[in-house]
This record gives sequence, C-alpha cells and structure tokens, in this order.
Amino acid sequence: MSTWALDQIQQHLPEALASRYHDRTGAEWAVVKRESIALVAAALKEKLGFKLFISMDSVDRLELPENTPRFEVVYFLFNIERNEHVRLKVLVPEDDCNVPTIRFVYQGANWAERLSWDFYGIHFTGHGDMRRILLYEEFKGHPLRKDYGLRERQPLIPERPIKDIFRGPGTNGTSA
Amino acid sequence: MAHSPMTDHDDAYDPTPDNSELEAHLQTKNMVINLGPSHPAMHGTVRMRVELDGEILAKVDTEIGFLHRGFQKSCESVTWTQVIPYTDRLNYVSALMNNFGYLNAVEKLMGIEIPERAKYIRVIGAELHRIADHLTATGALGLELGAFAAFLYGIEARELVADRVTELTGARLTTNFGRIGGCNRDLPPGWIEKTIKTLDRTIELADEVGGLLTRNRIFTDRCRGTGVITTEDALDHGFTGPCLRACGVNYDIRKAKPYWVYDRMKFDVPLGKNGDNLDRYLCRVEEIKQSVSIVRQALEQIPPGPVILDDWRIVLPPKEEVYSTIEGVMAHFKLVMEGVQVPVGEVYDSTEAANGELGWYLRSNGSGRPYKVHVRAPGFHILSGVGKMIEGRMLADLIPTFDTINMIGGEVEQ
Repeated sequence: MSTWALDQIQQHLPEALASRYHDRTGAEWAVVKRESIALVAAALKEKLGFKLFISMDSVDRLELPENTPRFEVVYFLFNIERNEHVRLKVLVPEDDCNVPTIRFVYQGANWAERLSWDFYGIHFTGHGDMRRILLYEEFKGHPLRKDYGLRERQPLIPERPIKDIFRGPGTNGTSA
Repeated sequence: MAHSPMTDHDDAYDPTPDNSELEAHLQTKNMVINLGPSHPAMHGTVRMRVELDGEILAKVDTEIGFLHRGFQKSCESVTWTQVIPYTDRLNYVSALMNNFGYLNAVEKLMGIEIPERAKYIRVIGAELHRIADHLTATGALGLELGAFAAFLYGIEARELVADRVTELTGARLTTNFGRIGGCNRDLPPGWIEKTIKTLDRTIELADEVGGLLTRNRIFTDRCRGTGVITTEDALDHGFTGPCLRACGVNYDIRKAKPYWVYDRMKFDVPLGKNGDNLDRYLCRVEEIKQSVSIVRQALEQIPPGPVILDDWRIVLPPKEEVYSTIEGVMAHFKLVMEGVQVPVGEVYDSTEAANGELGWYLRSNGSGRPYKVHVRAPGFHILSGVGKMIEGRMLADLIPTFDTINMIGGEVEQ
C-alpha cells in the first residue's frame, strides 16, 4: 500500500526520505526529514495527485522503548484517482520542537497544526497563526504530552468583563 | 444522482447592492458580532466572530473548543474496550458508526477477522444510524429555514430508527455497542420484521420531508448557490462524505476500500456538482434511500452463526463458564483487569461515517491500554473550511451552510 507514491518520492527527492518501513498491517510509511516535509507535501499534491488532505497529528514517544527524538508528527494524504493513502512521519526532538508548516500546501493543515501545537507544543514554523485551538489561551502546558498528568489541575484565571466583543465573553480585552 | 434541473444555475448570485446613483451612499463601519458559543443556529458550542459590512460577512473567525472533553487523554488511560463508550460521544447523532469505526481499526491492528454475522450486524447498525443522521441534518436544515413541519417528519422517522437501535443495543443515543472481535449481542427476536416495517415507514417520512423541501421555492432559493465551495478547496481542507460528494468528487470509502460486507451490497453513491447547500441537501436525501436499500439487502443476506469470536483472550467468556470453570474465571479476570492485549504497532484505518471519513490512527505499546488514539473527525476538517464558504456572502447564508455541513460538536472538539 502506498508504495507507488513513496517510490516516486524516493526517485525524485531521494534526499528527503530518511527511511521507509511497513507497519504490522502491511501499510507502508516513510520517515521524512524534517526540513523536507513541505517539499514532499507539495510534490505529493502537485505532481502525484494526493489532493485530499486526510489528517495529521503528533505522538509523544516518551514512554516507548525508542524515544529519541521525542516527538513524531504523522501525516495522512489520499489520492482519489489511485485510491491510495500515503503515510508520512517526521521526527521532532524535544529541545527543538519546530516543524516547517504545510499550511500553504494543504489548507486543512491549518487547524491540524494548531491542534498539534495546542496538545503537544510542537511549533510549526511559518504557520503565522499558532494559537491554541481547543483549549483556552491561558492553559499551562500541553496536555497530551506523556509527562502531563491525567489529573493535573490548571491555575484559576481571573474572570473577564463580558463587554469585550473582540475576544468574546470571558476575556479581559488586554490583547486584541 | 438524478439531478433536478433546478440545480443548474449560473453564478450570477451577487449580494452586493448595485451602485445605482439614486441610492444614498452610507458611510458604514464594519461591525463585529459574536455568533455563539450559545446560539440556536450554532448547533452546540461553536463561536463565530463575524465582521459584518452591512449584511455581508467580511470576515469569519471560527473558534472551537467549548465542548472539549479530553477524549484522547481519557482514551490513553483506559483499556482498549473501555474506549468504546467514549466513542459514542464523538458523533452522538450516529454513535454506532463511531463504535464500529473504532473497533474496525483495533481489529485491523490486532489482525483478527470478525464473524460474518457480526459484519452484517455492523453494516445494518451503521446504515440505520446513517439514516438517522441524515434525517436529523435535513430536518434541522428545514427547521432553521422556517419549515418546521419537515423537521417534525424527519424526527418522527429518526425516532423510529432510534427505537430499533434501542432494541438492538439497549440505548437510544449512547449505544456502546460492539466489542473487539464482533458484537456483544445478537439481533433480538422479531427485530428483522420490525426493522423492515420501520424502513417502509422511514422511506414514506423521508419522502414527506423531501416533498416539503426539495421543490419548496423559499427553501431552494436560500440553499441554491449559497455556501459554495470549489472542488479544489474542498479537497484541500479535507472535506469528505456528502460535503465532498456534493462537489462532484466520487469518494466513498464503502466503495473505494470496502470493509465488512459492503462489497456485497448494491448501492449508488449520489453525487452533486455545484458544491452548494442544495447539492449537499440532495446528496443526503438520496443517501437515505440508498442506506435503506443497503439495510434491506443486509437483512435479507444475513447468515446465521456466532456474532463474536470464540477467543477468550479477546472476548469475555460466557457467564456460565465464568461461574463454573476456573478457565472462565481466569479469562474473565484477565480481560477485566488487564484488558485486551493489542500487539505493539500502529495503524491508520478509516470507515465512512455519516459526515465523511472517520479515521483512526492507533498506536499500541503492548501495555493493554492505547498509547495514542487519534481520531480524524470528518466535521473538524469541514468546519475549518466554513469560513471560505461564507466569506463575502450574506449573513443569512451562514445558517443553511452551517446546517448542511452538519457540524457535530462532540467529534470536532473531542
């Protein structure tokens, strides 16, 4: 599965791929070098017809046997004509949590990257709008990291005047 | 899909008033309005900060997260089986499809094949809930455009379907049905005949809804040409399901990568072509009929046999074994305390839910609890594109657009 697309990438952008492997269900994955992910995504979309953005998310590998570098960002794209998924992976070290954005290749990555920032603290360089998406902006930490406790509590935040329409009910209006 | 000639229209829709010299020029400032998070048209808890230029939406900023429940974090702290009730709460209008989608991914990761009869029960359950979901979506669309009667017929049909689901699973909405390895109970006696009667009535009521809306001038005028999204943008944003098919893209996972027994079912995938609200509505109306036909075929073909695997490492042993044999007690204890042992690995698997591709990226580290549960909720990606569909259009267009994308807060905000 998805061998064709990865073969094409291997052929045309050989330096972009770090490795390829099959998971236990037989699906093929490619580990893409971090700096090349936008290039690979653009090639997949423009040249190879992977026009449907399926999803992306991150994994904290802290409790896995193999845990350096600590984070993984996974990408799923789909080619409707060929009926083929492609599964990509980028490894991200903890001390340099930056991945180039693919927001300008796939618009759907906008919210997905914000979700990864929100829950894993992975920053997407060039995104330009790295706000939290599901949690509130005063939230401390990134809750899907494995070192964030299940029952960890958040500090109370002051209530804000309701009249501030720009940031909505419950905001203090200090920043627009 | 049989397109009514009404959907052919030119792109002449232009909400801006013409610059007639007889009209007084009004110096206006853009006005910022909050829609939601608590607003009847916002279906749950989405907040939209819209900038209005007169009645035209100059800018739309969608803010989500008011219904966030920590789905992923909760899943990572419970066993694989205990995740199933959490999945009910993703798309609470069609919970069975979430249950089965998750189970399908887990079974793929474990490399097990469920019994034939369980596959049929899953198809029947999923399609029943697809009918319920589409009926709710089309009914609510009518309701918010002022056609209250259509909503009542839609809900009457949905209640009939919910009654059958109750008999099958024991719950109307939060079904918690299906277990790893099959289904936790068989069809109740007499259920098939009852369901066939329900389907007859559902079709009648769905036709009633269609009759009230499809050729209703007020309804079509507000839906046609509004909330348009181009095919490129729809693919780019990750639209799937009826919203993508309304743009004319033939992508349905039931056909593209058939799972369970969908390859044995005869059904059509309705396609639109304009990508507007009316096409999304028409796609849903047609899909109801196709789903009814799928359920009928499945009820006809369903073979006798077990509904769950006979493997005590995966499935709880029967109670008489638990109470009378040591092996039964041990298997029961191990499964309850330690959970099903899913081998180390990762999988991405998807099924076609009512609103589109419901994908699961699961990761196991062999500990008996999921290491990572990523859910690709169809509504999340569709909602991210809603700004694109309504910016530059009238405020009133937002209401049908928000209805036809059928955003479900539970799955979007996890």
